[in-house]
Amino acid sequence: MSAAVDGSAGRASDPAGLPDAGEAIGVERVTMAYRDRDVLRDVSLRVRRGERLVVVGPNGAGKSSLLRLLAGLVVPRSGSVRLLGDPLARLDRQAVARRLAVVPQQATLPFAARVEEVVGLGRLPHEDPFRGPRPADRAAVAAAVDRVGLGPLVGRDARELSLGERQLVLLGLAVAQQAPVLLLDEPTIHLDLRHQVAVMELLADLNERDGTTVVAVLHDLSLAAHFFPRLVLLAEGRLVADGPAPAVLTDERVRGVFGVDPVLVRFPGPRFSPDPSAAPPERLPADPPAPPS
Amino acid sequence: MASRGQAIGVAAEALPRPGAAGRVRGLAALRDRPRLLLGVGLACLAVSLVLGVGLGSVAIDPTDTVGILARRLLGLPVPATWPATAETIVLELRLPRVLTAMLVGLGLSVAGATFQGLLRNPLADPYVLGTASGAAFGAAIAVLLPVQVAILDFGLLHGLAFAGALLAVLVVVRLGRTSPLAPLTGLLLTGYAVGSLLAAGLAMTMYLSGANLRQIVSFLLGGFDAASWPRLASAAPLVLLASGAVLLRARVLNGLLLGEETAAHLGVDVDRERTILLALASLATAAAVAVSGLVGFVGLVVPHLVRLVVGPDARRVLPLSAIFGASLLALADLLARLGGEIPVGVVTALVGAPFFLALLRRTRAGYEL
Repeated sequence: MSAAVDGSAGRASDPAGLPDAGEAIGVERVTMAYRDRDVLRDVSLRVRRGERLVVVGPNGAGKSSLLRLLAGLVVPRSGSVRLLGDPLARLDRQAVARRLAVVPQQATLPFAARVEEVVGLGRLPHEDPFRGPRPADRAAVAAAVDRVGLGPLVGRDARELSLGERQLVLLGLAVAQQAPVLLLDEPTIHLDLRHQVAVMELLADLNERDGTTVVAVLHDLSLAAHFFPRLVLLAEGRLVADGPAPAVLTDERVRGVFGVDPVLVRFPGPRFSPDPSAAPPERLPADPPAPPS
Repeated sequence: MASRGQAIGVAAEALPRPGAAGRVRGLAALRDRPRLLLGVGLACLAVSLVLGVGLGSVAIDPTDTVGILARRLLGLPVPATWPATAETIVLELRLPRVLTAMLVGLGLSVAGATFQGLLRNPLADPYVLGTASGAAFGAAIAVLLPVQVAILDFGLLHGLAFAGALLAVLVVVRLGRTSPLAPLTGLLLTGYAVGSLLAAGLAMTMYLSGANLRQIVSFLLGGFDAASWPRLASAAPLVLLASGAVLLRARVLNGLLLGEETAAHLGVDVDRERTILLALASLATAAAVAVSGLVGFVGLVVPHLVRLVVGPDARRVLPLSAIFGASLLALADLLARLGGEIPVGVVTALVGAPFFLALLRRTRAGYEL
């Protein structure tokens, strides 16, 4: 089992395996659809082990679908996905959970549960199914609580926390899972500025110090550009650019894909000006009064 | 700002712990000592067994009760100092009845905890997917049919109640099926719809039943007055095996705490496990209902009580629900007997409903749906 997680030796001889032992994720020409609506079209992507990558793009571009695809929650209509060298379709859920942890945007709890109990759920793929957590599991939970800084929240009912705090708890859960690949769906969406930066720092640390492969979806282009060496830009289900931030976020791409003047993205000052004349120009004109009938 | 590698840190002033955990501080000590709680549960079980067997229209001395149980059940060399009638009452009348109540309490509590976890809905109970109305409709039809069969003390009523419960669940699951990772809300609503339909059928049969109405009503209220060894022996394997199999899958319910997708991320094969657990819990419910009729509130309240003390970990919630559900229903049946054979469903509702309301008020955070 541990060999399945970290072992890249021996996999080279696997006839169905990949040629590249350093690959964390391999997406080959995937097309994916919900009902008859294509959400990913002919997407190919390779992520090497130890890479840190962010997926950006407008709403509906297919970012979350891509994450669901990588997590094995959906089966592509065509194409294939590899996870640490093995076809994702051939791994059972437990094997996937030992290789890959996911931080969702949010989750609901039907029953009262303490913060440390929620974080402890991250050990589920590793625990003995009958005897429950062992000392190693408890240590991993304690370490995750410590690393994400959840100490002050320990003992509290996770349902009483703010959205931002809950997001940190979910991050703690994924850290406790200790998977070599970490996927995150908008990990900063409910966080204040300080915690946004802190989460980014933590991701960088997990990536650089622990060698965790990190794939995150972010809306915030400046966070993405600042903290990730590699950006992948999705638009309408297609991968339109892949590379370091300056190469991906060119003025014409930002204008074309997001429909926003890149100046607004880089210098948000004028948007918050109290001057009423600075109202967005694209605002719809008021409807003309209907003629009396 | 945290430097690289440093813990993120959350507002440290948020230290006071309000809510359920703080309010029931006395119980909080038990939370981290599940073995102690297990001991308490087993002691409760033993006490309710002795009380249930000893008390009744003819009271039997507790030492005699323990003596009879020890001699006849455990084979201990206890000198028989009691009259032979006492032994007959204990062994032939009360013991099967108490054990049946325990069996039903166990099955309903485990099934309730399972349905609450699967549907991720604290208001779910074992009857939520149409089991109750299916069983009731089946039983009512049996009452109307002019046929008398009995195998192992089981009449047509029990057979049709069992079949009705399982059929209802089967229909609900067939109709309410959604995509593999979707929440089971659709199933819940389908259960409600199918239940209403069956309730209409039940109402019609009750209307047509004439002099047999009382028999249907007593099934609806539940009771153990007709308990017997053969009946217990045929229901027990189903309930115990199904509940035991549920207990072995506790980790699935833990995974589902944060939702279906998170469960999948944590290594749970959601679609498959949900089907298995639904089948097991429905089987336990149907078998319990077939012996006892519709005993309410046990399957709803007991898992919540246990969760309040030990938290949401299903590895603790399920076995403790089984134990406490068993002893609670045995005690409720004792109350029903001492009250002059009131239907046990009335007792559980009278005790359970206010208790549940208090529970809801106590947990300030409230249950989200």
